[in-house]
Amino acid sequence: MIIKSLIAVFLAAILTENYVLSKFLGICPFLGVSKKVNTALGMSAAVTFVMVLATAATYPIYMYLLVPANLSYLQTIVFILIIAGLVQLVEIVLKKYIPSLYNSLGIYLPLITTNCAVLGVTMLVIEKSGPDFGFGHAMVNALGAGIGFLVAMVMFAGVRQRLEAADIPKALKGLPITLVAASLVSLSFLGFSGIVEGMLG
Amino acid sequence: MDINSILLAVLIVAGIGLVLGVILAVASLLMAVPKDEKVEALKEALPGANCGACGYSGCEGYAKALALGEAALGKCSPGGEDCVSQLSKILGVEAASREKKTALVHCMGSEDNTDVKMEYQGVMSCRAAMTLHGGMSSCTFGCLGLGDCMNACPYGAISLCNGVAHIEPELCKGCSMCVSACPKKLISFVPYKDMAVVRCFNCQKGADARKVCKSACIGCKKCEKVCEAGAVKVENFLAYVDASKCTGCMKCVESCPQGSITAFRAGA
Repeated sequence: MIIKSLIAVFLAAILTENYVLSKFLGICPFLGVSKKVNTALGMSAAVTFVMVLATAATYPIYMYLLVPANLSYLQTIVFILIIAGLVQLVEIVLKKYIPSLYNSLGIYLPLITTNCAVLGVTMLVIEKSGPDFGFGHAMVNALGAGIGFLVAMVMFAGVRQRLEAADIPKALKGLPITLVAASLVSLSFLGFSGIVEGMLG
Repeated sequence: MDINSILLAVLIVAGIGLVLGVILAVASLLMAVPKDEKVEALKEALPGANCGACGYSGCEGYAKALALGEAALGKCSPGGEDCVSQLSKILGVEAASREKKTALVHCMGSEDNTDVKMEYQGVMSCRAAMTLHGGMSSCTFGCLGLGDCMNACPYGAISLCNGVAHIEPELCKGCSMCVSACPKKLISFVPYKDMAVVRCFNCQKGADARKVCKSACIGCKKCEKVCEAGAVKVENFLAYVDASKCTGCMKCVESCPQGSITAFRAGA
């Protein structure tokens, strides 16, 4: 039963509650780093890593430090602090071990700090938490959100590579047609609504 | 709210910050990446304006390219000669002599000299005006005087004077922002030295050019004949000055019946 609900949470985070395409969080890297599939993959891997790590850190801190101390109103500032620290850590690790990815991510890597998808995942998980949504669910949700980000990024990178070759009216070239394409991709994700409930009851 | 809960909040946030700080400090010590000292030194020597005039993403990008030997010295316009000599010291190569260059508007079509063919009431930008029959100026080549270059200049070197953009050579750092901003391609670089410059871009035949502007170059070739150094050439009914040959004698300036060749005085 628990396994089933975990799978439901995981799939929902990827498909129906996709943070980029359904909740419109994290649009900056979605438009900024989706030019090439390779960098899109690297960026989403970094974001997924930060999301999981951030949830693993923020969830216990919220539940066992802020709530007992009656300081749950501090969640935004504390979460941002933790995410910023984690991003710095990821940056140091990447710079040391995968410099090519570090260079290709460029300015977008420190910008994960302000990526609202990461903050969104950690905060929405708190909202959802209850008797049948614990730490395990939170972690699975974070991982699913990261994978959902990856799916959106890679899919959109593919769309954008097709756009490069397409004959686009001059006025729409560049960012305008990218936004149109993004909205169409987002619209297509609406088709997933209800699919998880339908599959798993 | 009593003082204890405030203190607790401060303590918790400060504590989390401290723990994260310690983790980061340890991580940066354990996983320090040796920095290229040459790149750091080069970056110090560059002005740090990040203007992109060198063609790289910023001063850091240029410094990296220099250290790898991929970039030529002297691409940094804002830095000037001091910067080049410093860079060459760090790299241990001979300083390539670099002339100071300044951007120049090749037009004198002020309101006194030329007319308008229509009353333009659209967006006050040269680029927008240009899309409507090439702009309101009766000379198709001339400055529209709506100040796209002025807005593009990060150093405030460009002013609009009587309907023509004017670039102050003393303030120009040569970043070429105005060159790409001008839809008429009227702005180009000239060496900062005493020389003659043609302030006209009209390559229509003499009579047609004269009709639209009092100070247009009519391609009469008087300047070409009078030049002893062979620096002035007339092509397509428009005079050009070869800066490398020009001696600054200004005989062409005196001979020009239209006044479209003028003296460029360094420091004047």
